[in-house]
Amino acid sequence: MIGNDRLAVRKTYKLYVGGAFPRSESGRTYAVTDAKGHFLANASRASRKDARDAVVAARGAFPKWSGATAYNRGQVLYRVAEVMEGRHVQFCEEVAAGEGLSSGKARAAVDAAIDRWVWYAGWTDKLASVLGGANPVAGPYFDFSLPEPTGVVAVLAPQQSSLLGLVSVLAPVLATGCTAVVVTSQERPLPAVTLGEVLATSDVPGGVVNLLTGDAEELGPWLAEHADVDAIDLTGAPAGRAMEFEREAAGTIKRVVRPPVTEPDWTADPGLSRMTPFLETKTVWHPMGV
Amino acid sequence: MTHVLDPDALPGATPAVHAPLPPYDDVTRSDAAFRAFLHGLPGVDQVGAEARAAQLGTRSIKTTSKAWAIDTAISMVDLTTLEGADTPGKVRSLAAKAKQPDPGDPSCPRVAAVCVYGDLAGVARKALEGTGIHVAAVATAFPSGRASRAVKLADVRDAVENGADEIDMVIDRGAFLRGRYLDVYEEIVAVKEACGDAHLKVILETGELKTLDNVRRASWIAMLAGGDFIKTSTGKVNPAATLPVGLVMLEAVRDFRIATGRQVGFKPAGGIKTTKDAVKHLVMINETAGPDWLDPDWFRFGASSLLNDLLLQRQKLRTGHYSGPDYVTVD
Amino acid sequence: MSVFEYAPAPESRSIVNIAPSYGLFVDGEFVDGTGEPFKTVNPATEEVLTEVSAASEADVDRAVRAARRAFEKTWGPMRPADRGKYLFRIARLLQERAREFAVLESLDNGKPIRESRDVDVPLAAAHFFYHAGWADKLEHAGLGPAPKPLGVAGQVIPWNFPLLMLAWKVAPALATGNTVVLKPAETTPLTALLFAEVCRQADLPAGVVNIVTGAGDTGRAVVEHDDVDKVAFTGSTEVGRSIARAVAGTRKKLTLELGGKAANIVFDDAPIDQAVEGIVQGIFFNQGHVCCAGSRLLVQESVHDEVIASLQRRIGTLRVGDPLDKNTDIGAINSAEQLARIRELSDIGEAEGAQRWQPACALPERGYWFPPTIFTDVSPAHRIARDEVFGPVLSVLTFRTPDEAVAKANNSTYGLSAGIWSEKGSRILKIADQLRAGVVWANTFNKFDPTSPFGGYKQSGYGREGGRHGLAAYLKGADQ
Repeated sequence: MIGNDRLAVRKTYKLYVGGAFPRSESGRTYAVTDAKGHFLANASRASRKDARDAVVAARGAFPKWSGATAYNRGQVLYRVAEVMEGRHVQFCEEVAAGEGLSSGKARAAVDAAIDRWVWYAGWTDKLASVLGGANPVAGPYFDFSLPEPTGVVAVLAPQQSSLLGLVSVLAPVLATGCTAVVVTSQERPLPAVTLGEVLATSDVPGGVVNLLTGDAEELGPWLAEHADVDAIDLTGAPAGRAMEFEREAAGTIKRVVRPPVTEPDWTADPGLSRMTPFLETKTVWHPMGV
Repeated sequence: MTHVLDPDALPGATPAVHAPLPPYDDVTRSDAAFRAFLHGLPGVDQVGAEARAAQLGTRSIKTTSKAWAIDTAISMVDLTTLEGADTPGKVRSLAAKAKQPDPGDPSCPRVAAVCVYGDLAGVARKALEGTGIHVAAVATAFPSGRASRAVKLADVRDAVENGADEIDMVIDRGAFLRGRYLDVYEEIVAVKEACGDAHLKVILETGELKTLDNVRRASWIAMLAGGDFIKTSTGKVNPAATLPVGLVMLEAVRDFRIATGRQVGFKPAGGIKTTKDAVKHLVMINETAGPDWLDPDWFRFGASSLLNDLLLQRQKLRTGHYSGPDYVTVD
Repeated sequence: MSVFEYAPAPESRSIVNIAPSYGLFVDGEFVDGTGEPFKTVNPATEEVLTEVSAASEADVDRAVRAARRAFEKTWGPMRPADRGKYLFRIARLLQERAREFAVLESLDNGKPIRESRDVDVPLAAAHFFYHAGWADKLEHAGLGPAPKPLGVAGQVIPWNFPLLMLAWKVAPALATGNTVVLKPAETTPLTALLFAEVCRQADLPAGVVNIVTGAGDTGRAVVEHDDVDKVAFTGSTEVGRSIARAVAGTRKKLTLELGGKAANIVFDDAPIDQAVEGIVQGIFFNQGHVCCAGSRLLVQESVHDEVIASLQRRIGTLRVGDPLDKNTDIGAINSAEQLARIRELSDIGEAEGAQRWQPACALPERGYWFPPTIFTDVSPAHRIARDEVFGPVLSVLTFRTPDEAVAKANNSTYGLSAGIWSEKGSRILKIADQLRAGVVWANTFNKFDPTSPFGGYKQSGYGREGGRHGLAAYLKGADQ
């Protein structure tokens, strides 16, 4: 707007569910501001029914996504990185504004986020080799174990690191073959909204990623209790609520990733730690005879 | 060009000489039909069959059951000598033992039969006259079965004429392994006809068939062709009568009777040397085919050294102390 | 009945020496518990075997403190190779005392001696042998460059495989350098206490293994103790949920091995005789007291009648009775409570319209017994098709196509195990891929091995036991 008296077109962003961009069924929105409190845009404030719809979409997308070849999933994840590159400037602006970072630091965060997709893209077709294998049982059986995606993962994304943190918790879920329902950073949702637009124009099938902007405190219990959610990542759970969410998740024996004590350094090498919680090990036995 | 999957099924094809019992009366109408039938039998998972046989082998047979099992086993023995060095004297000696396995104990049961080569069947017949002990003769170019059909049939007729009332034939394993199932079948039919009133035991020589799937198929060929018994082995090839092979053959006779109403006997032969082995077989019959087969009319052991071990164990049970080889007779 | 009767062939009880009462095993010593003592009975005769101390919260606290001390002072600092050698010693002792363990297990649990002798005890020894070898090779396990133990493991195990479940829990915990407070099931504490004796015989340092006997309260005290770093539980899904709730928000690492309702799928091209054996092994092994039991038979309609006829004939040969008789196939139900549950669910099955079939078999007058039972005409909506019976009760459902088989098999909140019977290799691999279950047995069933990871999907729990994967549950920051 600098040096330009054109009246801006203010944006009201929508959710990303099932490959489409619906408004919250509740009709609720909230104002998103930059780190200094200036208005940036309106975001949809997802309701429990939006969360429900997102789980349905994620479950619907699971068979095809988990059944795709690991090579194909790797290609799709790499494509996300490619499409993100095209929106590099936009991401940098959003991260800088939302997180109050210098443009250099924002650029570094965006670069790292894109590189993280690339990193996970390369993991898809290695996981089974690294985590699976043949088991030398004491008998005439061929016995092997393979990692398989657990199903629908609810992700409470980090509240602070709005893009790198988000990608760091989302990409591993996809790399394993799971589908995701993500509650984005409440106060810094815009990079997530843009990521939704990237995903929609990349090759990620609709429903594989569902992005809900809004309040993790409000949506967390519904996702933690939802019987058709297999795992929940509590990384971005609001302070003091994680234990309660974990208790609720116990009702259906969900796999739970507990929140870190402090917001982690998202630039660090994550290893396998964000994929293995969402993988099941399947062991298959077959006799060997003629 | 027209593909004819089953050329023999075309009108005008020669029908098989002998139709099996219903509901299987059409399965031998052609090579292709017979092959389809035999390959349509449920498969046998080797590991599962071996595990089941091993599990049956862990049954613990004690005291009164053991005494019953030993006497039953003795009464089921086809006391066998099948050596190039066999002589009339050897056969007479065997016959004497068959009549009175334990000279020291008249309560000891007789064996079921004496099994010899066809040329010595007459000697055995004479030695066993009036005892009710059967004379079994191996025939059909035993043990390899590699001779023309005419020679095999002549071999059978000769043995029957010499006095054998049971014929132990070998199947043509070469034909079987080539997939010429109908040839195998027709030969058994022809031998059965040549047997006249003599009972026919069909030796599959399972040690050459190698797989349990083959054992099951060969069992069905023999039963469909009219064999009265199916028998594992000649005793000249290793492995011979293993428990898994016995299990599959017992399943075959069980299933065949369920389907056709005709009961076929089973004879494991070769490698059964100890009372323990024999008891394992009896347990396996009991729990697989069922107690109807626990009878010398339906079950035989083809064995030679087994009898002495049964006698030693019998003496141990009777006297309470262990016996020794000097207390049983050499053959 | 057969002309071939099997005379009784009982294994002698004289090899076991059951004391009139037992204490807890804490810090290397047998001590009295301060809770209300309880009796353990032989379920085959209802004879009281002995009285056992119950551990109170204070006793559990003492045990955890002993375990902590051992972790810090002896077991933790010990050379890994030496830890391994202790485990090898224990494994050898289990083999040497195998008959004693087998007889005691059958007495206390009711399972046939054939199974305790041929399955439970040898596998328990194998678990110790397997994990003994890992103790000084953990950096090669692919679980990080320098894997570290968690500390004190609190372990709660069920009554269906008392010694074997102990081995599944204790062996990996010790091999990875942790110390243990283990609570055996209330109805089957005796082999765990005999195991305590083995620990002493092996000169295992005091406090490395602590056994606290008792019921639910004792288990809760173990799980909720603040100084426990790791909780491992095998048992019902209901208790599993409450444990997951209890450890929520703590640092405790949790693994759960819970219930199941496994589908055993028989295709029309199955090796029928082996499939029938597998069905029998799947549901009647250990009286059906098996979390991974193949309790839902899914049989292709085209072979339904043939399979059921074979199955009934085979079930007719099962011998139900004295667990110590070497020829017994099906022993006693573990407790009056479990028997009541099996009866209740079976009655519901009948009331819902399923057809009950049981062979003619005489059951002993005293003790807890339930004959092998199959229900045909079961629909997926019936409770016996959904609820875990944990007894010798098979529900038979049918399917027409592979898709239908998979859909029905996966239609469960459980996901522990499954079976596939087919002679077609590519079909097996495809179906195995589609089944949501942690263990898939193809053309076999109920096979276990220390090298082979075991554990469930969905509400059958999380974490794996056995193999390289099982170590992760006991190591800090292990990636898997």
